Amino acid sequence: MRASAVNLSGVWAIYRAELQRTQRTILQSVATPVITTALYFIVFGAAIGGRIREVSGVSYGAFIVPGLIMLSLLTQSISNASIAIYFPKFTGAIYELLSAPLSSIEAVCAYVGAAATKSIGIGLVILITAALLVPVRIEHPFWMIAFLALTAIAFSLFGFIIGIWAGNFEQLAVIPSLVVTPLTFLGGAFYSIDMLPPFWRAVSLFNPVVYLISGFRWSFYGQGDVSVAASLGFTALFIAVCLGVLTWIFRTGWRLKP
Amino acid sequence: MSPMISIAAVTKRYKSGLVALDSVNLEIARGEIFALLGPNGAGKTTLIGVVCGSVSMTAGKVLIDGYDVVRDYRAARAMVGLVPQEIALDIFSTVRRAMTFSRGLFGQRPNPAYIEQLLHDLSLWDKRDTRIVELSGGMKRRVMIAKALSHEPDVLFLDEPTAGVDVNLRRDMWALVRRLRSQDVTVILTTHYIEEAEEMADRVGVIDHGRIVLVDDKAALMRKLGKRRLTLALQKPLPALPKELAGWPLELEDDGLRLSYRFDAAAEDTGVPTLLRRLDEIGVDFKDLDTSTTTLEDIFVDLVGRAA
Repeated sequence: MRASAVNLSGVWAIYRAELQRTQRTILQSVATPVITTALYFIVFGAAIGGRIREVSGVSYGAFIVPGLIMLSLLTQSISNASIAIYFPKFTGAIYELLSAPLSSIEAVCAYVGAAATKSIGIGLVILITAALLVPVRIEHPFWMIAFLALTAIAFSLFGFIIGIWAGNFEQLAVIPSLVVTPLTFLGGAFYSIDMLPPFWRAVSLFNPVVYLISGFRWSFYGQGDVSVAASLGFTALFIAVCLGVLTWIFRTGWRLKP
Repeated sequence: MSPMISIAAVTKRYKSGLVALDSVNLEIARGEIFALLGPNGAGKTTLIGVVCGSVSMTAGKVLIDGYDVVRDYRAARAMVGLVPQEIALDIFSTVRRAMTFSRGLFGQRPNPAYIEQLLHDLSLWDKRDTRIVELSGGMKRRVMIAKALSHEPDVLFLDEPTAGVDVNLRRDMWALVRRLRSQDVTVILTTHYIEEAEEMADRVGVIDHGRIVLVDDKAALMRKLGKRRLTLALQKPLPALPKELAGWPLELEDDGLRLSYRFDAAAEDTGVPTLLRRLDEIGVDFKDLDTSTTTLEDIFVDLVGRAA
């Protein structure tokens, strides 16, 4: 028999092709987040930061770094993974994936792995850019990497689901722009939710992105809006839900196979 | 020898209620070139989809070299190459990268020498590092074939391989299929161009309304159903068939200017001499006569017409 138990070469083929796709747009992939981050620092760091100065003992410019990285990480993970699976669906090239000796788990690992790799790369580029502009310090490097990786995986899984669900380019864009970006802005990317009045503070606790940003910020400065356990628990829960949905999708062939 | 492909009682019912395949049974031998003929919407593409894994079947069982396409899908699919009807490619990739990708996806180790040979065989060598988006339609179709062959499959499905392609590509395609046959690759092609089946296939299956109407050796099929036709160009048009000729299998065509007679070429008495004498007796003169053999097309039209 020619086929082995795991089609590693198939996983690698997809992973590599996805990263090659990024190479073709390297300028756009790297320059966009760098310029956007620099703009955020000018607007929020220099203009507003002049008035806020410090949040919980951290200079405002440094305080917004984790939130800025999260903002890009979430949107990039979703768009990378959703386009990766939506585009073959759109062109019809998905026939090859469906007829390949590849399990659905292998396909998800390859696509989500590639999408997460890219967004982690962008996250690190933003971190380096930020470190050149403001005094960033990382108290828990291991957890910083862990939160970065887990969040990238979680939102790449979510993006993969969106890519399968989407029937057109508009649907592809609607969740990132109408749900994820607003939730990130309201999730404490640019402020601590402790700065909000009690009512809005309570409302914020229903925003899942609060938990992601809080945990990530804790890994930088040792303090967050919610406990680290809550942040980790939420991230794990989000991954579990996405995996559950994907299992159902592959079992039923929903939006993939007639 | 066990068949390369065994399709048993396969039914596909779409959610809309449409039954695209209705209990299809079919066996295809190793190294065989099999042509699946049928009108549009007959179920050809759905059947290929079921065998290759891009369409899930409602009921039935498909084995490829003994491997169940659902339970042992890895082993089964690793043996199959598929060229769909529509061109569907990652247009921003280059030709060679697309082929390397397909080879890896199907679990094969890289083999640049094989890919290079394939590029030459399909006249794609000059375009190897060109982005697919820059290729012509015919070239894109060659890339589709190159991708399907990149993992050295034992079975190749060609869904309408020459629909809308130019003469060169069609000739190359036929040459390719012959070469594959010499390498013992099993080829299943769907087509509604009968000449394609006639040119290439060992066996022919006819599918209509999701049912296999007939499967036979091409030569046997032609012999069994093959009739010859005598066509007479008349001096003067006939308004209707003369009553003296009632009972003869005759047809008037071309506003009564042509009379055609169908007969069994293998029969002892073809009836041709008798017919010609009879025409002479009743004074029907003709200026020319011509005989032709029935093509698969005639057989096909006949079969599908009868089933409808």
